[in-house]
Amino acid sequence: MGKPDIEDIEIDLLLEAIYWRYGYDFRSYARASIERRTRQFLSVAGCASVSEMIPRVLRDEEFFSKLARYFSISVTQMFRDPLVYRAVREKVIPLLRTWPHFKVWHAGCATGEEVYSLAIVLKEENLYQRATIYATDFNDEALEQAREGVYEMEKMKEATHNYQQAGGKASFSEYYHARCGAAAMDAALKERIVFSSHNLASDSAFGEMHLVLCRNVLIYFNAELQNRALGLFTESLVHGGFLCLGTKEGLRFPEVNDQYETVDGKARIYKKKDVP
Amino acid sequence: MGGSAGGFDALAAILLAFPPDFALPALVVQHLHPSDDASFARRLARTTRLPVVEPCDKERIERGRVYTAPANYHMLVERNETISLSVDQKVNWSRPSIDVLFESAARAWGGPVIAVILSGASADGAESMRAVKDAGGLTIAQEPASADSPLMPRAAIDTGAVDEALRPEEIGRRFLQLGSRNAECERA
Repeated sequence: MGKPDIEDIEIDLLLEAIYWRYGYDFRSYARASIERRTRQFLSVAGCASVSEMIPRVLRDEEFFSKLARYFSISVTQMFRDPLVYRAVREKVIPLLRTWPHFKVWHAGCATGEEVYSLAIVLKEENLYQRATIYATDFNDEALEQAREGVYEMEKMKEATHNYQQAGGKASFSEYYHARCGAAAMDAALKERIVFSSHNLASDSAFGEMHLVLCRNVLIYFNAELQNRALGLFTESLVHGGFLCLGTKEGLRFPEVNDQYETVDGKARIYKKKDVP
Repeated sequence: MGGSAGGFDALAAILLAFPPDFALPALVVQHLHPSDDASFARRLARTTRLPVVEPCDKERIERGRVYTAPANYHMLVERNETISLSVDQKVNWSRPSIDVLFESAARAWGGPVIAVILSGASADGAESMRAVKDAGGLTIAQEPASADSPLMPRAAIDTGAVDEALRPEEIGRRFLQLGSRNAECERA
């Protein structure tokens, strides 16, 4: 048992070093994934032990940003889980329609695929001009990619399939054009999107949201940080506003759960109760 | 336990041997189509007396239950006896990946892990057999001749880290021995 225990201590120290030096708090992340990513980075960086990484993380910002990239790799796709977008169309859109203007917070938007997916749904439902969409992530590099909205052309095949499954009303190719062999999302989709940096581990709530989406982000947090993030969402939502989580994430905490009713269990869409 | 092509029948044969008061939890990664909608878990549930669960993130691991990784998610074991899910990149072209589950179990639990590689046309799971063995766990591969697709158990055996190669019914009986020994230890 000697070696794994040492590595456990080393990872604790590494996460502390990152927190004190750069302010990024990975200490409350789900441990198993952090360990896996640390070990992967170890071999890429050519370090023999996690201890060896610590002085480099502290003194070499470039080294740290490479590691941070490893810690925040996000895998997403257009219209991921089509059933969720179908449920948004059928159960959320009719209520959004009752507000003259509404705000959406897409927390942990990563490289932006799902933000553009939602923008497309709102366009097709003739609601886009009434929306302001705040797309946030703590990873600036991912956010920059989201802002550019340029994706590999080969991903468009899967995107088109998902779009159709999600109840898309047009031809998906209307929403992007080819640029240097890549797919650039239509500029009109970006008009109402505000991309900005936000860290669910340390930053505070956004005011007066009507819809908060945060999908497959909470699975990377431990229970404590999950509870914090859900608290931020509850604080941000207006009464009657919607919360949409990943299909394997739920409202497990009684202090949060009591404040919502379920709109669609499978799609994990919840509605903040009207009366507190 | 990890399976791929032909893994379902082997899994079913193993689970058939488990009594309703089985003393261990079982975690299963079967390579699935990304759009599989818990149908694998439902099919598996018909083959065993134990409850089969497709877990949500941070679900507590209980003895006597079978947990199957959901399509499109890796399933990992945390030290506090809960399951974490992740949408990290595919490993061995697979999500869920057997290596991801086995490695995390070896780290979280060390010795009391039994890792089983079943039929499949992939090399997923081979690499993590070493991690399980080094942590003091027991490593089992389905005997290749009894597998529909012998590639996966063969790849595991080729690492030199597999303790036993057994047919599915034998794996079921082996679990029973180990499960009852585990229960005795706890009573003592």
